[in-house]
Amino acid sequence: MKAVIDYFKDIFFGLKSLWAGMRITGRYFVSPRSIVTQKYPENRDQLQMFERYKGEVIMPHDDNNQHRCTGCGICQLNCPNGSIEIVTRKELSPEGKEVRVIDQHIYHLDMCTFCGLCVKTCPSNALIFGLDFEHAVFDRSKLIKILNKPGSSLKKELK
Amino acid sequence: MQEEVKNIILGEDEDYIINVGPQHPSTHGVLRFEVSLQGETIKKVVPHCGYIHRGIEKMCERDTYPQIIHLTDRMDYLSAHINNEAVCLCVEKALEVEVPEHVTYIRAMLDELTRIASHQLWWCAMGMDMGALTTFFYGLRDREQILDIFEESFGTRLIQSVNTPGGLMNDIHPGFQKRVKEFIKYFRKKLPEYDQLLTGNVIFRERTEGIAPMSREDAIQFGVTGPSGRASGFSCDIRKVDPYGIYPKIHFSEMLRTEGDTLSRYKVRIDEMYESMNILEQLVDNIPEGNFAVRMKAVLRLPAGEFYQRVETARGELGVFIVSDGNKTPYRMKFRSPNFSNLFVITKLAPGYKIADLIAISGSLDLVIPDIDR
Amino acid sequence: MIMSFNIYDFSGLTRSIDNGLREIMSPGWAIFIELAIIGLVFLIFYALLGLFLVYAERKVCALIQNRLGPNRVGPAGILQTIADLIKLLMKELIPLKNADKLLFNIAPFIVIIASFMAIAAIPFARGLHAIDFNIGIFYVIAVSSLGVVGILLAGWSSNSKYSLIGAMRSGAQIISYELSVGLSLLTIIVFAGTMQLSGIVESQANGWWIFKGHIPAVVAFIIFLIASTAETNRGPFDLAEAESELTAGFHTEYSGIRFAFFFLAEFMNMFIVASMAVTVFLGGWMPLHFGTDNAFNHIMDFIPPLVWFFGKTFVVIYLIMLFKWTFPRLRIDQLLTLEWKYLLPVNLVNILVVAFLTLMEWHF
Repeated sequence: MKAVIDYFKDIFFGLKSLWAGMRITGRYFVSPRSIVTQKYPENRDQLQMFERYKGEVIMPHDDNNQHRCTGCGICQLNCPNGSIEIVTRKELSPEGKEVRVIDQHIYHLDMCTFCGLCVKTCPSNALIFGLDFEHAVFDRSKLIKILNKPGSSLKKELK
Repeated sequence: MQEEVKNIILGEDEDYIINVGPQHPSTHGVLRFEVSLQGETIKKVVPHCGYIHRGIEKMCERDTYPQIIHLTDRMDYLSAHINNEAVCLCVEKALEVEVPEHVTYIRAMLDELTRIASHQLWWCAMGMDMGALTTFFYGLRDREQILDIFEESFGTRLIQSVNTPGGLMNDIHPGFQKRVKEFIKYFRKKLPEYDQLLTGNVIFRERTEGIAPMSREDAIQFGVTGPSGRASGFSCDIRKVDPYGIYPKIHFSEMLRTEGDTLSRYKVRIDEMYESMNILEQLVDNIPEGNFAVRMKAVLRLPAGEFYQRVETARGELGVFIVSDGNKTPYRMKFRSPNFSNLFVITKLAPGYKIADLIAISGSLDLVIPDIDR
Repeated sequence: MIMSFNIYDFSGLTRSIDNGLREIMSPGWAIFIELAIIGLVFLIFYALLGLFLVYAERKVCALIQNRLGPNRVGPAGILQTIADLIKLLMKELIPLKNADKLLFNIAPFIVIIASFMAIAAIPFARGLHAIDFNIGIFYVIAVSSLGVVGILLAGWSSNSKYSLIGAMRSGAQIISYELSVGLSLLTIIVFAGTMQLSGIVESQANGWWIFKGHIPAVVAFIIFLIASTAETNRGPFDLAEAESELTAGFHTEYSGIRFAFFFLAEFMNMFIVASMAVTVFLGGWMPLHFGTDNAFNHIMDFIPPLVWFFGKTFVVIYLIMLFKWTFPRLRIDQLLTLEWKYLLPVNLVNILVVAFLTLMEWHF
C-alpha cells in the first residue's frame, strides 16, 4: 500500500515542480519590459560607456596640438608583449642643444592585452585609455596606430 | 600490393569508441574525451588535454613581476582577479611588503564578486548542457550587474589586470559601494528563482541525484578541491585552512555536504553564492580609508629562494610557486591549477553511467579548460 | 455557378464548385481536378504554416529568454524564415561516400509524406474537411507512425556512429509513446461513441469533452500532451537530436534542402498533434458552448469556426513550445521508464474508469 501512495506522491510532486518552472518562463513571456537586449547599431546615440572603460590607448592632444610624450621609452620597456614601439629623432632646441624628441609612437592595437602598465608607468602621464570600442577592420595593418598626431609637439612646460 | 592489405581485426573487447570533443558544445573549451561504450553505458573515459597550451609558465620566465599579472588573468579566466591576487600575494610575501588595509578589503570584495560571477556562469552552462536552454540567458542577465560594477571601477569586464605587487592600479569608483548594495538586493530576490526553475525540477533531480558519487577518500587522493571536493565532505577551503588577506577577520562558514553526488556539487555552489553575498554585506560598509597602493621600486627584484602562496579560486586551490635567483624575472614559475586535478577524477566517476551522464558530471565539476593546459 | 461563400459553413462553397465542375466535364475528370485543387491548397498551406511556425518558435523562445528574437529581416523580422529557406536551398548537398544512396535520399521524403497524409484528415471548419473517414482517428495515428520509418532509415543510411545512436534512441522512443497516444485518444472515443472526426466535433456542440468528461478527460489530456511531445521528438524528449550531446543525432549528415525537410516535418508534426488535441479534447472548430441553446452560445457562435480552430491550436502549440524551453532533457532510460511505468498504467486505469462512466452515463 505504501508503494502505491509513494507512486502517486511522486507523480503529484513531479507535476507540481514542472508547473513551478513553467510559471517562471510564462511570466517572462508576457512581460516585454524584461527584455534586456538592445538594438545595437541603432542606439549608438544613446550609448554611453563608463568613463574608465578601456577601449584603446590614446595620447590626448590639447587645442594647440601638443601632447605630453617626451619619448623616454619607459612604456616600451614595460609593455609585456611589445605592443609599443618608440621611434625618436634628434632635433635642435631653441637654445642650440640637440635634444631627443618623439617621432612616432607606434601602438599595435592587434597585440595589446590592455594590462594598463604603459598608462600607469608613464612619468609624464602622456597616455590614457580611450572609450572607442569599434575596432573591427578588414585589413590588419589598420590596427597599427601612430598615437602622436602629425605636426604635434611636446607641451612647453615639460621641455 | 596484396601483402600490404591486412585483415584489421577488432580488439578483443570490441570497444565502440566515441570522441566527445574537442569541438563540442558541452565541453567548455577544447577538451577531448575518448569514451569507450557498451550500448549506452560508459566503460572507460580517457581525457586528452593540451589543445590550448600556450606556454604561460615559460612566458613568465621572461616577464618581470608586474608584467606576469596580465598572463595569469588568462588561465582560469572566470576567476581572473583571484589568479592575479595569488601572484601579488606571493611577490609581496617574498619582498615582505605590507599592503594597506584599504587594499585588503577591496581585494576581498572583488574576490567574492568574481566568485559569484563565476558561479553564475557555471549555473547557466550547467542548465544549458542539461537541455534547459533558458537558464543560459537568465544567468547571464544577472551576471551583467556584476560586470557593470567591474567596468565602472576598472574599465574591463572579465579580465581586470588591476592587481599589482603593492596594491591596486587604481582606486575604486565612488559609486562602487552603492552598486554592490543594489546588486545584493537584486540577486537575493533572483536566486530563489533559480531554485524554482532548475533545482526543484523533477527532471533535473532525476538526472543528477545519486549520479557519480565521489567519496571523500577519492577526493583527497585525486586532489579535488573547491566546491567539487567540499561536496564530498573534504574540508579544503583555503580561506579557512590557510587564510590570507582580510579573511581571518570575516565571519563566514564553509559549505560542506557529504553525499558527493552531482546534485550536492550543484547545491554547494548555490550555497556558496549565498555565502559570498553574506561576506560582501559584512565588508561593503566598512572599507577603511587609505592608499590604494604602496610605493614600490620601479624594478622589482625578489631575493633568491623559493616562495609559495595558495588562494581559493572559484574552482579550488590555486598555488603559485616562484623560484627566484635574484633577478628581475623569475627563474621558474609553477602554477598548481585546480582544474587539472579536478579533471582526472572523471576517469573514476564516469564508468558505469550513461553517456548522457558524462555531460552532467563534467558540468558539475565545473572545468575551465585553459586552466588545465595553461 | 452560384458562389455561396459563408464563413460559418463551407459546405455550400464546396458543393457549388463541385456542381460547376460536373457541368463542364465528365465526373471522372471533375474528381481529378478537385483532387488536384485540394492537393495544391494543402501544399501551399503546409509551406506557409511551416514558415510561420518557425518564426513563432523563435519569437516565443526569445521572449521567454528576455531578448528580442528576429527583428531585422523585414518588419519585425517576419521574413527571417524565408531568408533561412533561401540559404538552405543554396547549400551544397554533400554526398556521403559509403552511405546507402537510395535509403539516404528517400528518408526525408518518407517523413514529409507521413505528416502530409495526417494533415489531410483534420477538420478545419464545418465543410472544410478533406478526408472524412469513419475511422478518422485510427487513420491519423496510423499514418503518423510512418514517420519513424523515415527516421530509422536516415540514421542507418548515414553510415555514422552518432546518427545510428540517435536513430535507435528515437525509434525506441516513438514506438513506446504511440501506445499512450492511442490510449488517451481512446477515452474520448469511448465517450463520443464514434471514431469519425467530424462526428467527434459535432458531439461537442453542447460543451467540450475536456469539461464534459471531467476528471478522466483532464487526465487523458495531460497524458496526451506529454506523449505527443515525445512522439514528435520535441521538448524535454529531444534526445535524438540533442545538440549538446550528440551534435544533431540522426540528421547530422543531412545538409541543404534535405535537412530543411526534417526540420519542417518536425514543426508540422507539432501542428498535427496540437490540432488532434484540439479536435478531440477542446472541441475542434466548435465554439465554446455550455448546454444547448442559450444566449451565451449565440454570442460564442458569432466568431467564425476557423478563428476558433486556429486560436485553440496556437494556444496548445504555445504550451508545447513552453515545455521545450523550460525543462531539461530526459535521459533515454528515464524516458522509457516514464512511459512504461507511469503513463501506461495510469492510462489503462483511466480507460476502465471512462468505460464505467459511459456505462453509468455519469458524464455531462
